Order: sequence, then structure tokens, then C-alpha cells
Amino acid sequence: MSLIRINPLRILNQVPTAIFTRNIHVTPAAATLTPRQENRVRCTLIPGDGVGPELVYAVQEVFKAAAVPVDFESFFFSEVNPTLSAPIDQVANSISKNKVCLKGILATPDYSRTGELQTLNMKLRNELDLYANVVHVKSLPGVRSRHTGVDCIVIREQTEGEYSALEHESVKGVVECLKIVTATKSERIAKFAFDYATKNKRKKVTAVHKANIMKLGDGLFLKCCEQTSKLYPKIEFEKLIVDNCTMQMVSRPQQFDVMVTPNLYGNIIDNLGAGLVGGAGVVAGASYSADCVVFEPGARHTFAEGVGKNIANPTAMILCAANLLNHVNLGSYGEMIKNAVSKVLHDGKVRTKDIGGQSNTQEFTYAIIYNLKPVST
Amino acid sequence: MAVRIIRQFATTKQNARHYSSQIRKCTIIPGDGIGPEISTAVQKIFAVAKVPIEWESVDVTPVRGPDGKFGIPQEAIDSVNRNKIGLKGPLMTPVGKGHRSLNLALRKEFSLYANVRPCRSLEGYKTLYDNVDVVTIRENTEGEYSGIEHEIVDGVVQSIKLITEDASRRVAEFAFKYTKENKRRKLTAVHKANIMRMSDGLFLRCCRDTAEKFPDVKFEEKYLDTVCLNMVQDPSQYDVLVMPNLYGDILSDMCAGLVGGLGLTPSGNIGINGALFESVHGTAPDIAGKDLANPTALLLSAVMMLKYMGLNEQADRIQLACFNTIKEAKYLTGDLGGKSKCSEFTNEICNKL
Repeated sequence: MSLIRINPLRILNQVPTAIFTRNIHVTPAAATLTPRQENRVRCTLIPGDGVGPELVYAVQEVFKAAAVPVDFESFFFSEVNPTLSAPIDQVANSISKNKVCLKGILATPDYSRTGELQTLNMKLRNELDLYANVVHVKSLPGVRSRHTGVDCIVIREQTEGEYSALEHESVKGVVECLKIVTATKSERIAKFAFDYATKNKRKKVTAVHKANIMKLGDGLFLKCCEQTSKLYPKIEFEKLIVDNCTMQMVSRPQQFDVMVTPNLYGNIIDNLGAGLVGGAGVVAGASYSADCVVFEPGARHTFAEGVGKNIANPTAMILCAANLLNHVNLGSYGEMIKNAVSKVLHDGKVRTKDIGGQSNTQEFTYAIIYNLKPVST
Repeated sequence: MAVRIIRQFATTKQNARHYSSQIRKCTIIPGDGIGPEISTAVQKIFAVAKVPIEWESVDVTPVRGPDGKFGIPQEAIDSVNRNKIGLKGPLMTPVGKGHRSLNLALRKEFSLYANVRPCRSLEGYKTLYDNVDVVTIRENTEGEYSGIEHEIVDGVVQSIKLITEDASRRVAEFAFKYTKENKRRKLTAVHKANIMRMSDGLFLRCCRDTAEKFPDVKFEEKYLDTVCLNMVQDPSQYDVLVMPNLYGDILSDMCAGLVGGLGLTPSGNIGINGALFESVHGTAPDIAGKDLANPTALLLSAVMMLKYMGLNEQADRIQLACFNTIKEAKYLTGDLGGKSKCSEFTNEICNKL
């Protein structure tokens, strides 16, 4: 009884607010989409090294123009600049609290001042258990490249394998580096890959390995993938040796659908894939743990030589941000931004240098803002 | 150690010069599947070009040794050891038949520490990439392929990637020497020292140290992922690449993919006691014996062999004839989109000599 009484009251309360909102905002786009204040999403932001801060600025400009209800909690986080960097606990806490993060690329130097073997990237991934990295390699309209019609998803295990940072010098001049493969983590990534394929209506999963040489290590990974594939009879499963895979990627990349890989091979294939569709500036990616997601560009390059020159391509970062919006249930904003990016690339009038244009980062960002059109949902 | 290597290089060079004036014996391992056909084609072309080489054909079908294990017959080992140089067709590796891969056995037997694979776009065979001219040099004895692995507890496997200073320095020295002798533009060390700071770090340090000894060779360092990304966008920015085992395996196949597959790329294995040149494609049992195979990879490998022996004049002549035949596109085999037979293709090259 009491419920019925409260409900009409609530509705009555809401009506004036709605009218009020319409009055302030002049642009029809913003008016129809503006949600109420309490629905704002908090998101951790790590600009990263190299051109990261410039790209993040581009994203913030686009978000501002589209009136996206997202608040950023920004952290300066860097391995090459350790004195200014925020402590890892603080960053990790923020991400686990907010559940989403937009992250630029962190530079990883060849040495560490403290002699540590783990990179900051590895630490963050281990801290949050960001085990699955997903990169969608897709030919973009209007970006000229040698290959067309590429559309594959690379799923990479990124908490073990070659990136275990377990190395030692047994005697002088002899170094051992351990590659760890466990059944638990291999099964977990295989299940993730098949679930991802099911959810996104994909047909085939390819496991990339080198089990002919590393019979136990990669053999275990492959065995886990095979076992998991039996639980998903509707999805085709195939295995491919990594060197053959790279050869196929450069000659006929269209044959691939979803690929599941151990750590290092994933790194190679991500970058190779990015190269096929236009470079590191246009491919978005994301790292998943059981309860949070870090959105970051798919090919990890800081583009340090382009810092401050206003020439970096913000496409990858803006697409990451759009994926983030889709993830936090702000799909209309996400689609609006994605459509604007496609339109700008397709028109081809405003392009950054890396994809054969003459425009700078700012001009490209403004072109996207100019093309923001609300999507009817 | 370093001194020893340098001395060794010096002697090889003298030998090479010495050999060019007289008839040299070479071991040939025709291989399985299409191997015998393409080996015959190469021998025929060499005969027409009057290359001062006498072939010694050996069979490497595994035999049961005194220890009860299957392995390469002793006479084959003796032949390569005697001649110090060999040419090998494709070999079949039966999966899970209890004896290890013959390729691996040969590599171990002759301490073939460096694998060299030049990849070059061929005129007349169009691929998406037309400006490829890279050479990959791969450390061939250790790294991820050390074969040391164990299951610590159930479901936890540890594979050891082994990097030693001696092997890294040896391949680095070879790479610099190769770059210099072949008058290439620059040498790129491909590594992942940002992730594997000690092991790849050691490899990188050896390359840097060696670079100081070759001040006239341009040297740069690149991350493996950066090379992958750039290679598919613009292969012309790389020239000679030197790297540890696994990266070399992956990159050399990728580069072969850029120029049209393994049927066109030669390969050479340089060892302490000699060198073995081979075609790296499969045995193609489906077309074996039908005179349809493409002998280009083995022929170009043989050309590499001639260059290694210092027979540059003959090498250049054969290479030119082969390239011209492909360029004219009148006699191409099925894999290149033509209709000719292996023998017709071979004859055309002979005519051009």
C-alpha cells in the first residue's frame, strides 16, 4: 500500500526537474541526453608517458563537448619518473573502487634504478589481476592500409608466461629466464576467450602457441584451450603455431576471428595487427580482471618522439573512451563518439600524419567534436 | 673466447678464397617429398653454370644407432664434417615418433649457431609489399629453445629461456661481420629487454659491446613489438636484424610472409665447423614426384652457399638468371600463379645462363 502512495509522489517530483533541465541547455543534443546529477560515473584516469597526456586531453575535450556524465580521478603514474609518480596502492585502490579506468601507455625502461625486474605495468596488472587483454584489430573506414576487411580479436593472457620477471644469473654470463605457465590461468583465459566469442557472436577461436618446441609449457596452455573448446561446441576451434600465425597475418589476415594467446605471443600479434590496420594510433584495447576494466590503446607505444608536437593520433584513445562509456552503460554517448570518429576518418579531410594527413591532434579532435550527433536509442 | 671467434672467422675467410680456385666437394641432402626434384634442378643449373663443385649426395633417413636410438647415419655426419659445407632439401619430421626432429639433430651435430634468412621482394611476383629487403639473423642454439622444462607441481610448468654471453657474442659478431661484408646499411638488434631485463639485457649488452668493434656499421636497438608494428607498415626501414632464437623464428617467418611465403626464401645455417644451407619450406607430399614444385628457395639457398664459399661471380650469375626468369613470368610454377613444370622453369634458368 505504502509503495503505491510513494510512487506517484516520485513521479511528480521528477517532472519539474526535467522541465528545468530542458530550459537551461540550449542545444537539443545535450538536452535530450543530460541525465540527473546522481548518475555521474567516476573513472580513474592514468595519462601515462609520452604523448599520453595530450591524448587524454583530447578525450576530455570530446567528453566536455558531448556533456558526458563522467568524472575523472586523475593520477600521474610513471616508471620513468618515479619521484613524481603516485604510489601504486593509491592507483590500484582507485581503480578497484571505480571499477573502470582509462589509461595511456607507461614507458618501460630497460633497467630499473632499484634493480627490480618487474615493470610498473606488470605490478599494476598483478595487483588488480588484470588477466585478459582484449584488442580488437579492425580495418577502419578511410584509413588506408595494405590489407582490407581485417576484423579479428586478440585475447592475451597477461599475468604470467614470459612476463613473470623471474630471472637470475646462474654463473657469470649465463642467464636463466623462467617462463611460467599454469593450468589455472590457462583455463581462465581460454574460458574468457570462448565466452567473449559467444557473447560477441563470433564463429572461431584460434589458439596461438609454440608447443612443438615448448612441449610442456605451451603444451599445457594448448591442452587447456582444447579442453575448454569441448564445452563450446558451437564455436570452431583451431590451433596455430606462432611463426605460421604471423606469416598468415601478413598474407591473409581476414581468416582470423578470435585469437587466444599466451603473454609474449599476444604482444607480438597485437602489434602486428595494429600495423596491418593503420598503426598504434588507431587500435583500442582493454584489460579485464574479474571485477574491473582498464581501457588502454591496443598497441603499447608511448610515441616519446612526438611529445609536445601536437601530432599524435588520438583515435585509439578516443575509441577506448567510447568503449568505456559503452561498458558503464552510457552507450548513447559511446555510440555518438564512435560515429563521429568514423565520420571524420571516412570523410578523410582531417587526418593526422600517421595515417597520411596533414592535420594536428587538436584539429582532429575538433573535427570529431564538430561531428558529434546524438544517436536515437 | 672473442679472440678465438675472430681467429676462426679469419681462417674461414682465407679458406673461402682458397677454395674458389679449385673444385670443392659439397654434401647434398636431397630430402623428402619434393626434395629430390628440386635438388636435381639445382644440380642441373649448377652444372650449366660450370660451378666448380662436386656434389656428394647423402641420405639422412634415421637409422638405429648403437645406443638403440634412431638418429642420422654416421656417413652423413662424416660427409658434412669432411666437406664443411652442405645443401639440404626439406626433411619430413614425423610427429611423435620417438626420435627428435632431424633438423634439430643436424643443428646440434654441426653447432649451427646462426640462422641467416634474406627476404627480398621478387619482381614479377606481386604481393602487398614490394619494397622488402631484410636479412634476419637468428641465434640458433639456446634461448627459448633450450628445451629445459619441467612441471613443478601439477598444473604449473616452468620453461627456461637460457641466454649465455658466449652464444650472444658469437651471433652478434657474426651479424656485424655479415652486415659489413655484404655492404648492408645497418644492423638492428631486436630484443625485449624492457620486460626480460636480465636475459635480453645480456643479449643486448653483447650486441652493444660488439658494435664498438665495428664502428663503420650503423647499429640500432629496437623492441620486438615495435619491429613487428613497423615491419608490416614499412619494411624498408629495416635492413639486417639480429635477435635471440624465438624472436628470430617468428620474425623470419613473418618476413617470408611479406614476400610471398617460404617457397621463395633461402636460408643458411652458419656453424663453428661449417655451414648448412637449406630451403625451409615443407616437403609438399601432395605434389611430390609430379614435376610441379618450385625450386627457387633451394636454388637461392645454393646461391647463398656459393657466396659463403667466395664464388661470387657464379652466385651472381645464377641469381640474376633466376630473378629474370621470375620477372619475365613466362615459365612460372603453380605456386607463383603459372602453369609451368619444375623442369621447364629450370630449363629457362639454364638458357639464361
